[in-house]
Amino acid sequence: MRSRNLIFSLFLSALFLAALSGNAATIAIEGEIIYTMAGPPIENGVVVITDGKITAVGPVSGVNVPENIPVYSAKVVTPGLIDAHSVVGLAGYLNQDHDQDQLERSAPMQPELRAIDAYNAREALVEWVRGLGVTTLHTGHGPGSLISGQTMIVKTWGDTVAEAVVKETAMIAATLGEGAVREGGKPPGTRAKAVAMLRSELLKAQDYAAKQNVDDGEDGEDRESKLPPRNLRLEALAQVLSGDLPLLVTVNRHNDIATALRLQEEFGFKLVLDHAAEAYLLIDEIKAAGVPVIVHPTMKRASGENENLSMETAARLADAGIPIALQSGFEGYVPKTRVLLFEAAIAAANGLGFERTLQTITLDAAKLLGIDDRVGSLEVGKDGDLALYNGDPFEYLTHCQGVIIDGEIVSSEPR
Amino acid sequence: MQPSPSRRALRVLSAVALVLLATLPVGADEHAFVGAQVLPISGEPILDGVLVISGNKITAVGARGDVEIPAGAEVHDVSGKFLMPGLVDTHSHIGGGWAADRSAPIQPGVRNMDSIDARSPGFQRARAGGLTTLNVMPGSGHLLSGQTSYLKLRPARTIDDLIIRTEDGRVAGGIKMANGTNSRRDPPFPGTRGKSAALVREQFIKAQEYRDKLERAGDDPEKRPQRDLDMEALVEVLEGKRIVHHHTHRHDDILTVLRLRDEFGFRVVLHHVSEAWMVAEEIAAAGVPSSLIVIDSPGGKLEAKNVAFKSGAALEAAGADVSIHTDDWITDSRHFFRSAALAVRAGMTRNGALHALTLAGARQMDLQDRIGSLEPGKDADFIILSGEPFSVYTKVLQTWVEGEKVFDRELPEDQLIAVGGWGAGDSRSAHIACFDHEDDHR
Repeated sequence: MRSRNLIFSLFLSALFLAALSGNAATIAIEGEIIYTMAGPPIENGVVVITDGKITAVGPVSGVNVPENIPVYSAKVVTPGLIDAHSVVGLAGYLNQDHDQDQLERSAPMQPELRAIDAYNAREALVEWVRGLGVTTLHTGHGPGSLISGQTMIVKTWGDTVAEAVVKETAMIAATLGEGAVREGGKPPGTRAKAVAMLRSELLKAQDYAAKQNVDDGEDGEDRESKLPPRNLRLEALAQVLSGDLPLLVTVNRHNDIATALRLQEEFGFKLVLDHAAEAYLLIDEIKAAGVPVIVHPTMKRASGENENLSMETAARLADAGIPIALQSGFEGYVPKTRVLLFEAAIAAANGLGFERTLQTITLDAAKLLGIDDRVGSLEVGKDGDLALYNGDPFEYLTHCQGVIIDGEIVSSEPR
Repeated sequence: MQPSPSRRALRVLSAVALVLLATLPVGADEHAFVGAQVLPISGEPILDGVLVISGNKITAVGARGDVEIPAGAEVHDVSGKFLMPGLVDTHSHIGGGWAADRSAPIQPGVRNMDSIDARSPGFQRARAGGLTTLNVMPGSGHLLSGQTSYLKLRPARTIDDLIIRTEDGRVAGGIKMANGTNSRRDPPFPGTRGKSAALVREQFIKAQEYRDKLERAGDDPEKRPQRDLDMEALVEVLEGKRIVHHHTHRHDDILTVLRLRDEFGFRVVLHHVSEAWMVAEEIAAAGVPSSLIVIDSPGGKLEAKNVAFKSGAALEAAGADVSIHTDDWITDSRHFFRSAALAVRAGMTRNGALHALTLAGARQMDLQDRIGSLEPGKDADFIILSGEPFSVYTKVLQTWVEGEKVFDRELPEDQLIAVGGWGAGDSRSAHIACFDHEDDHR
């Protein structure tokens, strides 16, 4: 049975059908146009999802859709959107002390703080961004401290962090520039001091890592007894030095971006530049370093260290071949979070264009975050994460009509 | 395909002719804009329209063929474009515009025009967004934070170049008030909502007495009370010469404003009105206009936890007068159309949203006879758009204020302001005028 009614009514009938068919684990989504990101868009296409994974993608005419399964339809279908950097879930929408866990100010460097220990899966803002197409969030400790803690990757669904989590630790979040500098005489009080402190800590971590490379002694002394006492902070930084965890450096001014590149050259870690308002001044340097950029929210306010940001930053970096992703970022006030779909729309209208923008907030973001084996495109074997729209997703007047995560309808109220 | 040599020569000749024409003096600075889809706001859209301006005023609006283009007018071919009135922003903080200080919660005598930076790059960003008139307000950290300034975005060297004067020569502006949490703080500020209302009532009663004294004194200078700037401003409010622009979010705070209005009879516009959708009927029944902020996500502060795109639609359906504002820098003036578009996304009519960006705002500032629509006799404030107003892909191409082009996206310096980039910043830290205190964030 095929139907092109509204998502919500379909949702009800789908439940009914699922109960009838006894085949609740398989659904199909038809789109007048499906952007798979794994090839050209498919007109009149269909995606079949079984047990949460995509089992078939193609034109309706060419895919054998099982009988008696729920079929949803929309004008435009895309992969679920991936917000490449956010603090949603740690920073709650009420903006009261009790729901703000994105920044611990007691010390300038705390890479041991895990995001999974602070994520509220039932936070209202998670539901809000999910309703606007976001199925995967890279979230965690925010900017505003030299090293603020860890980030993680979650799906925007699930009642607990365990249900939501895709990657428990994704990156270590650092900040350079004014954001790293503390007031009241507490170090670091200057940019240079911040860098000196960071270098010292990385050197300690190098030393700590080196001490892990011991074997059992010839005198029978076992390896365990030769290891230094466990140090959560240095363990986390050692993973940065080994390349297991990228260092996500939030930075805006050109001189601070250059500093981040200088540190990366010295220590050889995997660097991901974050925000990077003035990145367009250092395109050659960023490209030579092979460093990706999670570009500032397109509509971020132009003030302070962001005063020279451009709505065209994403386009200019992409034009140069620098890998980019987009983000909702961090907001300390109103709105408490930006929305990836909206920020992407402004990037699309300012040089990045429709298809490149869509690629940026799906497959490119998945690659940058190292999760493209699971999400980012509509391909057989990948997670059944989709967003459904009644028109160009970036147009102001288009609604996101439904969102599907792991083959489950998780949002059916048009937004 | 290459044009033939003769056609190329013709093109060069016509280009030369155009340059010559452009340098010739034209009569009384007359311009005709021809071929755009014209949205007059006061009337139906005109598909192939003409706008004629002379000096700083509009002289004709209509369909091509119906409107006579004056012989001396400079003709601008704007085929394929949209042309509409300049946008009116009822609530902005561009240029700073601090008024009241921390000494008292109610300071009607303080004018924010005495502290506005007329050269703030924010004004050019506003022109880039298609804005031509602003109500620049002091913050919301007071019950009454001072007098607001109605500004025209003319090219400006000083604040005097921006201010609008009323017919009797006064500087046009309203007065800013606030309730809810922003104005609650340590004494002498109120600590509760009840105290907030009591303090406001006390001052208005004092102003009524001051007004009565003035009336009793008549022309007798002996009997007149000593001049009091605070009382003078409040008397203007009581007399309806100065509109109250009232920051208010929560449904109960909105109703408190209506209650005070009933008691003292002042004219008021509700600002932000996050929970307007909950009390739309009451707002409409009171005949009080609203000016909405549109925010990308709910929350950020307790009072805004229920802010919703649907407030515009709810107020419109209830029959209330609705404008939309930027609260710049809470939202960026360059994205003003977007705020209205999101209201349409949630059910407001396109027509209602276009009104909300123009004529409704003009009415809320008593400027509806001068701005807000394209009508003969009104100020020549208009914008040219690359396409349909509510598309994300549409760009503001030109902004004209009183017959003068103040933004042109084709100029590199204006393009830089429109999208941002190296040198677009102001190298001064911005502040959030509405939210100036750490406590406000809670």
